[in-house]
Amino acid sequence: MDWELLAITCIEIVVIVNVLLVGVSVMTWIERRLSGVMQFRWGPNRVGPLGLFQPLADGIKFLMKEDMIPQEAYKPIFILAPALAMITSVTAFSIVPYGPTVEIFGRTVDLVILDMDGGILFGLAATSLGVYGIVCAGWASRSKYSLMGGLRSSAQMVSYELALGLSVIGVILAAGTLRPVAIVEQQAGWFWNWNVLAGGWQLLGFLIFLIAGYAETNRLPFDLPEAESELVAGYHTEYSAMKFSMFFMAEYIAMITASSLLVTLFLGGWQLPFPPEVVGLEPGWLLWSLQILSFVAKVGFFMVLYVWVRWTLPRFRYDQLMNLGWKRLFPLALLNVVVTGLLVAFDVI
Amino acid sequence: MELSAFVVLTVLAIVSAMVVILHRNQVVAALSLAANLVSIAGFYLLLHAQFLALLQVIVYAGAIMVLILFVLMLLNLPEESRRARAPGPIQAGLGVVLAAVFVAVMGWAVFGATEASAFPRPSPAFGTVASVGTVLFRDYFYAFEAISLLLVVAMVGAVLLAKRRL
Repeated sequence: MDWELLAITCIEIVVIVNVLLVGVSVMTWIERRLSGVMQFRWGPNRVGPLGLFQPLADGIKFLMKEDMIPQEAYKPIFILAPALAMITSVTAFSIVPYGPTVEIFGRTVDLVILDMDGGILFGLAATSLGVYGIVCAGWASRSKYSLMGGLRSSAQMVSYELALGLSVIGVILAAGTLRPVAIVEQQAGWFWNWNVLAGGWQLLGFLIFLIAGYAETNRLPFDLPEAESELVAGYHTEYSAMKFSMFFMAEYIAMITASSLLVTLFLGGWQLPFPPEVVGLEPGWLLWSLQILSFVAKVGFFMVLYVWVRWTLPRFRYDQLMNLGWKRLFPLALLNVVVTGLLVAFDVI
Repeated sequence: MELSAFVVLTVLAIVSAMVVILHRNQVVAALSLAANLVSIAGFYLLLHAQFLALLQVIVYAGAIMVLILFVLMLLNLPEESRRARAPGPIQAGLGVVLAAVFVAVMGWAVFGATEASAFPRPSPAFGTVASVGTVLFRDYFYAFEAISLLLVVAMVGAVLLAKRRL
């Protein structure tokens, strides 16, 4: 029993969970200010300079709101649902390598929480279980809006998981391994060695993963299950205060996880866009900090993209949404697998 | 360490299985079945079958159970009444006899089993994706292709049965 490894992993878990939650609050500020910029209005600008303390105010508000549970609701599952959503969202992040192998106090540490042989499948498993949070919330609220929202949302998530998984297969074929750590290490060098470009020719896979990621996290243009004009608030209509905030946080953490997986699989993870030898960077804390920063910057770009797309594209109708998932993305993803397989078979990749 | 994990998983598996059978609300029973399937995945992990554990969660708990839950939620059945009919004397007697036979067989299997140390330790490559894939595509290739054909037939049949007009 390797107690050192257990201790290191526990510390990593604590750090990552805190970073994710702080990331969520930063994301709420970015979302509201950026939405304001795109809609030609101020975002929140009263609470602190540039409204930077708005997330803090939001957090206090959620803590102090009255927590209502509808009388008809099935209480045990009603209370379990937001917890399930949070647990699965955070668990899915554990396979993401957010940095290279560093040396802390003389001990080499892999900057990833879980590095198992199944690798990326663990992330897919956690997102598959994420459907249960929504299903439970939709059913346990015993309300028509919630049930419809929950059913729609879970059907959408299950459908786009297919396209998501298939686009990942393309990367796995190109890399020859399921471990995200190895996939990132193989994308070393200049930025054209990343999987989305000449490293694996996965541009189609990248686009499919991006679109499926928007559908998985119920973000516009796929947010019909929680759109106000359609279903009040879908599966989290009956939730208030901290439970609603947990759904909210779970959605943002799922966005961060989806962006992180996208960056890890297709954009070289923590790799810099140039080989570090070119600028004379030796392995050391300067290089490692730059690499962690590169990861954060890439993930941050895709988070901003989430907000950007939200206010650019109109919402899809539900049948258009399912049509896109099953009749367009799924065959395209299969085509991607076939083409990538051929490229691997003829030693192009 | 493995023993404590095994005990936790066993308790989880048995309790969730009992909830599946005994709870009067069907959706709770279905959710409990999902929990049972996840604990089975934990057992697979204890047996060094990592790939199988992940597939169990993705396929069984993550797709099949969600499908069953959909159907249950759409049907919105009333909860089962607690007052089931008491078993008659023949049923009760047969039940006791069969339960005794079951316990006897399980006891014989458990206590007559080979010592765990008699089995060779699994190699580090056991249960990895690479080894499972090699076995599937080399040793059991025909069975693999036959099963995939069976799945295609099942899908076509399901679509055919479900569509009103083709």
